[in-house]
Amino acid sequence: MSIVTVQLGQYGNQIGFEVFDALFNDSHCPGGLCSKRENEAYQASCKERFFSEEENGVSVARAVLVDMEPKVINQTLSKAARSGRWKYDQHSCFCQKQGSGNNWAYGYSVHGPRHKESIMNLIQKEVEKCDSLSGFFIIMSMAGGTGSGLGAFITQNLQDQYSSALKMNQIIWPYGTGEIIVQNYNSILTLSHLYRSSDALLVHENDAVHKICAKLMNIKQISFCDINQVLAHQLGSVFQPTYSREGSFHYRRNPLGDLMENLVPHPEFKMLGVRNIPQMSENSLAYSTFTWAGLLKHLRQMLISNAKMKEGCDTSLSLAISQSLLQFMSIELVMLSNHLNPLPPSSPFALMFPSIRVLFNESIWQTKLNNSQTKTEKSSRWVLGVLPFSYLESLRLLS
Amino acid sequence: MTQSVVVQGEWPFFPPNVCSLSFLGTVGQCGNQIGCCFWDLALREHAAVNKKGIYDEAISSFFRNVDTRVVGDGGSISKGKICSLKARAVLIDMEEGVVNEILQGRLRDVFDSKQLITDISGSGNNWAVGHKVFGSLYQEKILEKLRKSAEHCDCLQCFFVIHSMGGGTGSGLGTFLLKVLEDEFPEVYRFVTSIYPSGEDDVITSPYNSILAIKELNEHADCVLPIDNQSLFDIISKIDLMVNSGKLGAAIKPKSLVTSSTGVFKKRQEKPFDAMNNVVANLLLNLTSSARFEGSLNMDLNEIIMNLVPFPQLHYLVSSLTPLYTLADVNIPPRRLDQMFADAFSKDHQLIRADPKHNLYLACALMVRGNVQISDLRRNIERLKPSLQFVSWNQEGWKTSLCSVPPVGHSHSLLALANNTCVKPTFIDLRQRFMRLYKKKAHLHHYLQIEGMEESCFTEAVSSLSALIQEYNHLDATKSMPVEDLPRLNIAM
Repeated sequence: MSIVTVQLGQYGNQIGFEVFDALFNDSHCPGGLCSKRENEAYQASCKERFFSEEENGVSVARAVLVDMEPKVINQTLSKAARSGRWKYDQHSCFCQKQGSGNNWAYGYSVHGPRHKESIMNLIQKEVEKCDSLSGFFIIMSMAGGTGSGLGAFITQNLQDQYSSALKMNQIIWPYGTGEIIVQNYNSILTLSHLYRSSDALLVHENDAVHKICAKLMNIKQISFCDINQVLAHQLGSVFQPTYSREGSFHYRRNPLGDLMENLVPHPEFKMLGVRNIPQMSENSLAYSTFTWAGLLKHLRQMLISNAKMKEGCDTSLSLAISQSLLQFMSIELVMLSNHLNPLPPSSPFALMFPSIRVLFNESIWQTKLNNSQTKTEKSSRWVLGVLPFSYLESLRLLS
Repeated sequence: MTQSVVVQGEWPFFPPNVCSLSFLGTVGQCGNQIGCCFWDLALREHAAVNKKGIYDEAISSFFRNVDTRVVGDGGSISKGKICSLKARAVLIDMEEGVVNEILQGRLRDVFDSKQLITDISGSGNNWAVGHKVFGSLYQEKILEKLRKSAEHCDCLQCFFVIHSMGGGTGSGLGTFLLKVLEDEFPEVYRFVTSIYPSGEDDVITSPYNSILAIKELNEHADCVLPIDNQSLFDIISKIDLMVNSGKLGAAIKPKSLVTSSTGVFKKRQEKPFDAMNNVVANLLLNLTSSARFEGSLNMDLNEIIMNLVPFPQLHYLVSSLTPLYTLADVNIPPRRLDQMFADAFSKDHQLIRADPKHNLYLACALMVRGNVQISDLRRNIERLKPSLQFVSWNQEGWKTSLCSVPPVGHSHSLLALANNTCVKPTFIDLRQRFMRLYKKKAHLHHYLQIEGMEESCFTEAVSSLSALIQEYNHLDATKSMPVEDLPRLNIAM
């Protein structure tokens, strides 16, 4: 089943490009540990979700790009086309001249109703291209005017028009010390509206990602490109295909449905966060070895202490209502269950919802973990991602 | 005859003319001289960036592309190669000297005779003559020219008005222009660059003119960037000192001087005030750079107003521009970048006599151009924040923007705009000078003999200024009070 992505505003379009790039590069990388048939099945599944195909074989991303000023969309379109392997559909873009002036009200009450027809038509066209629709993935920031205001409006309209499709909103929490002075107004207004109309809110904090870039990946001069690539890496690990019950070569067909079925047990608790490991620069990767046991242990520590990074975990407990574990790599089931089972009886997981859904995938997740131009492809890289849903985390973010 | 062209590997997905546009109105002698420097620098900047001569979005924000062979109005070309650029501007002066000089200089092709409004007699340094007499005389003509020019703009985003406050035309007719703009185009933002008279100004009636103009600015402008001749002069002197000191390694990189239209230091400037005008012109260019060129964190002009003006009357922004020149020695360590940020907050680099560091910040914006990344920006904000005092409701708010195109001759530059209570002393000073003259009613009869002027105009103007000063006083009083925490919602566990 396919996911239609709606990219809104400057942030939305910049990140959206990185996500599609990462997804495409991952599914098409040469050299892996799996068989050819396995790789092809993986590619086909990834493609069905995110790309449609043109007559000449070029993949076209299933995305609608919306922005109130033309510069960013032009940049995004040309960057995608330059790669030569995939691109955006030129007709799936909506652009105006004036911008929203960081004004949520402008995005929601002026641009929204004014351009509702055109934008919904574009989304309709993308939806019609899909064989079956899993849902919508909307990328927006909360601090600006277009992403926040127009994003809230569009999500509401999607709920009205496509009430049976799921919507996941990827929202970017702005830096604490501000990149926009009125970001607090814009963020609160956006959240209040999104909470009513969206099905799940996947939250990424600029501060946290910045710290990951600085401490774990040792990037000296962090640019927005680096931040976006780390985000894309995390998002990719959420959305890439995972095995279904039949085992190898058969992938789960409904990505959004699977995630939300397990992660959003109650419609009032929708905020999700991602933790993934390992996160390090390519140079360090050559000198590191990993074991599943070690990775899982670190991940559990991160969850318990509610940290976004492996380092700096403090071990105060937090309440996780449900969690879902996505793994990419062939491993021994026995080892996994051994590790997951002995949760201490005092742990909050064991108390409340001891269920942990595990989704497997055998292919290799290729990553460009830092900003280097050279593409050194390692064959034994893998990623472990967890999507915990934490009640206290959402309180922390909101307070 | 338009061609579809590929610009440096990028497809023209949208026709170039859909960028949002700015319009410049220069009034009076000072305004037009600054305007002349501005257009010169704008052309130089675009020439440096746009090597293939294609009329793109960036240029379209300030210039129209016109086919000069077509007679009349229909000559606009929206894309393709640059044929002839016409500035989106209106030049107004009640004396012909300055405007004629511009038309005979190297910028003569950039202006159309239809964009000029001139008269012969001048305003005699009298705000009332500029505002009331010439205002009513030329109102129709101004309106007509504005409407005509606005037709050529697809999407007009803001007006820039450049004038001085001390003279007659600039302050009187300039503020009249503001009123006209507000009535005719209410949804277009009005940015005003005002040159305030310094203490040793040679025009005796400048306090009267300034106070009368300030009242209009308070009511009709969306955002004012006050600039002081004395500060500009100090900046020039500092650069001169730097250049002439002959310190080792102090050779200035060619093309990088902010005070020259060619970026090169000349022993004798072509015209007086040229160096100072160039600084102001560079300020305006940097202000609009993020709206014209691409970057990783764009900022439009309406975002400036949205973020930096917390209450409608407090719209005076103190600006500072760094660096003023680039040293040629490339071995200078990269601490230069951090130094650039530190300089932007020092009182020597402000374009008005003010000390923002020791006063209260209501909001601050940093517009960075060139090869600077978000981490550098964040690091410097963290570094500088403890030494700055922010108002209680906005302790951590900064507006930032990153534009990837640096100005000509520099690898990066920073423009800091601050809404800060440090403008208060300027206003208090002006009010004092005004009261000195007004108490004796000196020179008042020149104003009162103009039809429509009465003494109440003066008293209203002063009370408007006093109200503004009082607002700043209220804010300053909250400076040392601790930030009150609002009661928090407690979750029952």
